[in-house]
Amino acid sequence: MGGPSRRGNAVLVAATYLTVLAVLVLPVLLVMVEALRTGIMAAWRSLLDPDALSAIRLTLVVTLVATLVNTAGGIMAAWLVTKYRFRGRGALVALIELPISVSPVIAGLVWLLLFGRQGWWGDWLDRHNIQIAFATPGILLATLFVTFPYVARTLMPFMEQQGREAEEAAFLLGAGFWRTLWRVTLPDARWALLSGILLTTARGIGEFGAVSVVSGHIPGLTETMPLHIETLYNGYQTVAAFTMAALLALIAMATVLLRSFLEHDFRKASS
Amino acid sequence: MSVQIQSLTRRAPNASRKMLDGVSLTIEDGAFVALVGPSGAGKTTLLRTIAGLDGPYEGTVLVDGQVLAGRPMRERRIGFVFQNYALFRHMTVARNISFGLDVLPRGERPDRGAIAARVAELLELIQLPTLGGAYPDQLSGGQRQRVALARALATKPGLLLLDEPFGALDPIVRRQIRRWLRGLHDQLGLTTVLVTHDHDEALEVADRLVVMQNGRIVQEAAAETLDAAPATPFVMEFLGEALEFAGRVAHGRFLPDDPNVLSFAVGAGDGPATAYLRPHEARLVAGGGAARAIPLTGGQGGLRRLAVALGTREVEILVLPERLGQAGTEGLGLDIGRARLFRDGAPLAGAPPVVTGQELPRVTVG
Repeated sequence: MGGPSRRGNAVLVAATYLTVLAVLVLPVLLVMVEALRTGIMAAWRSLLDPDALSAIRLTLVVTLVATLVNTAGGIMAAWLVTKYRFRGRGALVALIELPISVSPVIAGLVWLLLFGRQGWWGDWLDRHNIQIAFATPGILLATLFVTFPYVARTLMPFMEQQGREAEEAAFLLGAGFWRTLWRVTLPDARWALLSGILLTTARGIGEFGAVSVVSGHIPGLTETMPLHIETLYNGYQTVAAFTMAALLALIAMATVLLRSFLEHDFRKASS
Repeated sequence: MSVQIQSLTRRAPNASRKMLDGVSLTIEDGAFVALVGPSGAGKTTLLRTIAGLDGPYEGTVLVDGQVLAGRPMRERRIGFVFQNYALFRHMTVARNISFGLDVLPRGERPDRGAIAARVAELLELIQLPTLGGAYPDQLSGGQRQRVALARALATKPGLLLLDEPFGALDPIVRRQIRRWLRGLHDQLGLTTVLVTHDHDEALEVADRLVVMQNGRIVQEAAAETLDAAPATPFVMEFLGEALEFAGRVAHGRFLPDDPNVLSFAVGAGDGPATAYLRPHEARLVAGGGAARAIPLTGGQGGLRRLAVALGTREVEILVLPERLGQAGTEGLGLDIGRARLFRDGAPLAGAPPVVTGQELPRVTVG
């Protein structure tokens, strides 16, 4: 009885592994191989190029700020939406998820429409000498928009299940709002929160579309790592392009690994 | 600490339904009061309102003669225990217990040693002296319950509010914790308000019962009074199994509609009435009618259960085992002389005083 279905299972498992290998692992491996084709020193030197360093620095700064802002915003949004029932709550939940479904290019275009030279506030910004589009603030805004949902989305199911009682207990024991959040709600949700922060980081580092629209692609100035990769590749600097890509892939993989490690830990803790 | 509540009304959010409807209640200092009633009666809402949780209300709530709203929690001296304990999962038992002390402003906070001593003292009190380092997930339901109590007691409250605190415990642990809680109440000189839907529990632990229904207080009295003189048929039925007999009062006697149920003397005016009594208060009288009795399996508190076939229906009563001989015989009448009489939902004035010094053991029927 169990024979055919067991064989079927084995085939299915093998197919899954093959697919994962072909679609997920192979590209990353190819990127690595391509980066190291002329030796590790050449790869290393390509990273020390001033434009490359500038791209890495910009990416790290933008990601750091975006992650900090969206962690704070995501905590507040998740808390509000899960612990209170109010008019328009459903609409707010949908809005939080909007950046996931909207194409990043549109997110970038919106900022251009608002802050670009021909945009709504372009004149005013120009007169006051404030540069948003084609500068770091624009890149930051685009990254903020694209990465907003992740902390909120990972916290929401957890906070929903948390309920209000522990917070009410803390309140009745004399703890105020911030202290309750800091000592009761967030420590309890720490794994979900960390997981959300890591997702935000990974998404922020890798964002291409929205940033590409508002950045203006000025090497050494407004190019993040993904944009710089494109510039290098288009300029036939294959080794440099693939080295940067490999670095990006390594960071992304480290984040994913850390996250699954945390999730495993979290599941163990909550079972 | 005493609690005075005057015409308290609360509405459900986004609805005009009243969760509490003109509730007035006074709880004396040192009292142990149980709020009882079916689910949705407003018990928990009333408890949460006293604690200062949830939104706006109409009416006044005074604790020790003072309005609590707007005063900092630490000055209110209220301890609250939630139905599902609401322990902090990421903190040890000791940290859970000391939370109320840890969050005090610097000037009022005891030093570390004093907090540790207080935690040790409370762990001793809840009989879990070795579990300070454990996490709530590692405890049994009864242990969690006691930790929740210790946490609520750490700041030395004068008023202890408990929301269905025994709901999730098995019957044996339930009974133990109930007794222990009552002892604690007496030992610490607390004023305690307990919410429960289990009347047995309320009868065992509390001095006074407040019976609620549809957001109102139906009756507030000591347990014996509630049983002897229930204010409405609902109270009668809520406090235990009750048999109902329709009939009317004429010329100083209650005449049941069913000819197999015996009439009895009352001091009430003529008119329709309904009689309610507990199954163990009914008695069979030979030659009193045309009823038949059939023994059933099971019983309660040493009493045996009998099915009595009346003219149009069958009722179940409880009798002493030696009276089981009546079963099988015919021509029986049912004596309900100890019933409480109601007319239009209110007790009938002049109904006979309920016999004290009962010859039967008192049974509470669940």
